[in-house]
Amino acid sequence: MKFSEAWLREFVNPDLSTGDLAEQLTMAGLEVNSLEPVAAVLRNLVVGEILRVMPHPDADRLVVCQVTDGKEELQVVCGAPNARAGIKVPLALVGASLSNLKVKKTRLRGVESCGMLCSEKELGISDDHEGLMELPLDAPVGADLVDHLALSDAMIDLDLTPNRGDCLSLIGLARETGLINSLDVKQAEITAVPATIKDTFPVKLVAGSACPRFVGRVLRGLDSDAKSPLWLKEKLRRSDIRSINPVVDVTNFVMLELGQPLHAYDLTRLEDKIIVRHAKAGEKLKLLDGQEAALDDGTLLITDASGAIGIAGVMGGLSTGVTAETKDIFLESAFFAPRAIVGKARFYNLNSDAAHRFERGVDWQGQGRAVERATQILIQIAGGEPGPTVETCDKSALPGIASLRLRLARINQLLGVEIEADSVAEILNRLGFDAVRSSNEKDSDEQLSWQVEVPSHRFDISIETDLIEEISRVFGYNNLPARTPVAPLQMSPIPEATSLSAASSKQALNQVRDQLVSRGYFEAMTYSFVDASLQGLLDPDPEPVSLANPLSTEMSVMRTTIWTGLLKSLRYNINRQQSRIRLFETGLCFYRKPNQAELKHADITQVQKLAALACGSRQAEGWCNDTNAIDFYDMKGDLESILALSGDEFEFVVARHPALHPGQSAEIRKAGATVGCVGLLDPGLQQQFDIRYPTFLFEINLDSVLGRRLPQSAPISRFPEVRRDCAVIVARTVTAAQLRAVIQTVTDETLINLKLFDVYQGKGIDPTSKSVALGLTFQHSSRTLRDEEVSSSVARILACLKQELDADIRN
Amino acid sequence: MSSLDDGLNKDLDKIVASARDAIATATDLAALEQVRVQLLGKKGEVTALLKALGKLPAAERPAAGVEINRAKTALQKEITTRKAQLLKTDLDSRIQSAALDVTLPGRHTDIGALHPITRVLNRIEDFFLGVGYDLVEGPEIEDDYHNFEALNLPAHHPARAMHDTFYVNPEILLRTHTSPVQVRVMEKRQPPLRIICPGRAYRVDPPDPSHAPMFHQVEGLFIDQDISFADLKGTVIEFLRVFFEQDDLQVRFRPSYFPFTEPSAEVDVVCVHCFGDGGGCRVCNHTGWVEVMGSGMVHPRVLEYADIDAEKYTGFAFGMGADRLAMLRYGVDDLRHFLDNDLRFLQQFQ
Ligand SMILES: [Zn+2]
Repeated sequence: MKFSEAWLREFVNPDLSTGDLAEQLTMAGLEVNSLEPVAAVLRNLVVGEILRVMPHPDADRLVVCQVTDGKEELQVVCGAPNARAGIKVPLALVGASLSNLKVKKTRLRGVESCGMLCSEKELGISDDHEGLMELPLDAPVGADLVDHLALSDAMIDLDLTPNRGDCLSLIGLARETGLINSLDVKQAEITAVPATIKDTFPVKLVAGSACPRFVGRVLRGLDSDAKSPLWLKEKLRRSDIRSINPVVDVTNFVMLELGQPLHAYDLTRLEDKIIVRHAKAGEKLKLLDGQEAALDDGTLLITDASGAIGIAGVMGGLSTGVTAETKDIFLESAFFAPRAIVGKARFYNLNSDAAHRFERGVDWQGQGRAVERATQILIQIAGGEPGPTVETCDKSALPGIASLRLRLARINQLLGVEIEADSVAEILNRLGFDAVRSSNEKDSDEQLSWQVEVPSHRFDISIETDLIEEISRVFGYNNLPARTPVAPLQMSPIPEATSLSAASSKQALNQVRDQLVSRGYFEAMTYSFVDASLQGLLDPDPEPVSLANPLSTEMSVMRTTIWTGLLKSLRYNINRQQSRIRLFETGLCFYRKPNQAELKHADITQVQKLAALACGSRQAEGWCNDTNAIDFYDMKGDLESILALSGDEFEFVVARHPALHPGQSAEIRKAGATVGCVGLLDPGLQQQFDIRYPTFLFEINLDSVLGRRLPQSAPISRFPEVRRDCAVIVARTVTAAQLRAVIQTVTDETLINLKLFDVYQGKGIDPTSKSVALGLTFQHSSRTLRDEEVSSSVARILACLKQELDADIRN
Repeated sequence: MSSLDDGLNKDLDKIVASARDAIATATDLAALEQVRVQLLGKKGEVTALLKALGKLPAAERPAAGVEINRAKTALQKEITTRKAQLLKTDLDSRIQSAALDVTLPGRHTDIGALHPITRVLNRIEDFFLGVGYDLVEGPEIEDDYHNFEALNLPAHHPARAMHDTFYVNPEILLRTHTSPVQVRVMEKRQPPLRIICPGRAYRVDPPDPSHAPMFHQVEGLFIDQDISFADLKGTVIEFLRVFFEQDDLQVRFRPSYFPFTEPSAEVDVVCVHCFGDGGGCRVCNHTGWVEVMGSGMVHPRVLEYADIDAEKYTGFAFGMGADRLAMLRYGVDDLRHFLDNDLRFLQQFQ
């Protein structure tokens, strides 16, 4: 809601600067979005009159005007196309300052010019630079222009919250300003205009509660040549409403002043009678703005014998709209129930000041008043003969005056304050709410209450708490006390061995993050919605959850893997000359039941994941650092350092992943279930993603790594350990996991540690084989192991390796 | 005095004098050992003198023995001292040769960093967990009921225009705030409730310096008997003061409107950049104040939706933007930095 400060001050004029007034409105819950002066700072401008215009001797596009400022005649050279004798225009005298220039005595192509005639743009009041601003013909020559145009005014733009429909008018804002400053508010001067003709137009309401009241009036014989006066145009302009013609301007003016939207029909184009009803399937309507709307059957319509002539409360139809030739009109001032209008403007994609007000609630008692006000101004401007004001009303469907019980004790309990009964009564009074104190005079404060009647302009007050909010707002939030809440000191459990509680999983998650950070990873945050085709390359199988209204195709589906976003960030950094990059991110990934026509919320699963990527040298460049490029085992090591935190067993299994190099990737399993994967980005994809360096990735379900172990201490053996190292030669395809598994089948608890401490391929070994060095450590918990016991254990292991994996002992 | 006696003494003096010289000039332990063997070894010169005592007349023997032994002890002492000296020199030189340039950087020192928003979220969580709030998280793809309807935002409510919503279909959407988590908690638990719900939220806002289609919010909820607006104010003010580490941080509450709270308040803090001086700055849009959260008393209808007796229980809720707090706290001037993941930006949070 944008309005002229001066207009507000016509109703209530607190002794406050513009800035202080704005601050006050903001602190009352009517947030001021912007403040701007109506015109630039102007000095030395007057109303001038052009007396004569002569061509410039030396320039086709300039003319030489003789102008009077009321005292003397001045010669001014001017280039405006509309410069002509007899019009009144803004005259900047020598020495005047305009928004961005100072006016000096000068010569233009040899002709002396003593001043300047101005356009609206030069005055800083609009962008209109077509020609000179033409002032009304009765403007007093020589009058100070700023006073005459009331330009020392500010435009205040409010960001009103949707509950305050009552403030979408000057009288509403005046009411609030009066309330805050304890000032009386002048009422709009509205007098009923008696009918001078008998003409009426019939109206029938068949939409029940959607339109309980419709006030109409016929006006005939308007002067179609009449122009809107400057004051009217200026008031509209300062609310960002363009002047169109007197009829439309007046309806807009009344809407701004009183908050009641009006609509004017061209009477001669209305057929038979107006019926307010809901749309039928298939109906269409050509709107005032020229576009044709296919009407939805929930839409409330204004119709006549020809069909739909307007979407009620939103926009009129083109066929019955007023035009420059219109002389006879029918004025509509209706009360449409908010729920009948809400969402309609959005549905039809229309910008409608009327709908904006109706959907928030318009004073349901104000329709007649608005018609009288409009008539009064319109006949002043364009003459005409008014018919009688006719109200069609379904009283039973009107909202009625709500009566609410307000308890003093509840106010004080909810606000944590001790407001006195008299203060409450005084605030209610200032709010203009009729309140009757509970009859029993002996009621203690504990029982004291009021029965409060809600005025018809307030649609946001229907329960006791709504009243308490009003009390607190007027009392002032910053005058209310603050205190620290008191509650029993209860400890929150933080389970040590599970991550089932949010607190312990948060703790575990922080450990994981810290671990990665200490290994050189930066935490990234990427969008949850990603490019469908890029994600399809990385994770082709799951059908992603798509957005119906994405910002762009690059943000059109919900991620099923964090890699999509991380790889984008990787490329961003590589393009900025980074070559060693380590990123990780945690967050939800989203999956849906596939091929589901009507997706339900329960068909979507949302899984917390942890993903990371790395490329570049093993360590940052440094005099003693390993700057070889990282390999699979660097990434796996980083991942294992996180898995180790959990104390759970994980398995790395050779598996094919569409995004990963087939020979350098593994699936991660926990208790047999796949929980993630790790590997080198597939070289083909690396090219497609335009990523310069080989990049290693992992992604794992976060839940699977947040488990923690409750430690159980066991006795430490006092007896010596025995270590035996041996090397075996096996086929290259035999994995470490296989060796380990076989060894475990033939050992008992005396083998306390098994290390694979070297893998060798190359000289001296058959090219299809490799040598693996095993470190076996034995210890008994309660006695010293004999040498022959250890030797027979080792022999058993080697025999079994030979049998199962054809492993030969290497000498 | 006999000649033999004279001869012995002369020999002794000569030996001692040259031995002292040899000890002092021995430059390493091996040379010193050689000197020791020459003097005191089995075939050493001093040993030889002792052996020669038998050849002396019996009357001279004791005196001569004392003399020789005194010389032997003195030489032994000098050798020990010299040995210690040489050991020290040797150690010193070994130490000296092992000296390093300690200003060279150590091996593999690079660490990463948490994202600034995680830092802020962790801080916020710590403050509230510390006074007994529970941490709760919820789904980011929500249904209309939890995101809107149960928060007193029925279909077509004009306030829905304040939430430009990403939809999957008319019933399923990306949550526009973290408030639906409180609805989910209230469905399962009865008061007293003290929870905070951090997480991502989404609105249809193209990215620019002060808007992002994805942001982070921390929702707080406290429901119990006799919880009042004063408790809300106290909690919010205390939080903001500890968060910004300014004991006298000015905080103001502005009436506002959220369908799920009443009374509702926007919370502003005095601009942490210009402190409201000199007509404000760019950060505070020249107002001197910065909006940091929305808050209010839980609307009775929201409690009713959750079958909580609104006469018996009251509560407050607040929702703060972690991104905005991170901007203010760390002086970040553009929201987009948080999602670009530029290493040069992330490194600033090491
Ligand atoms: Zn500032």
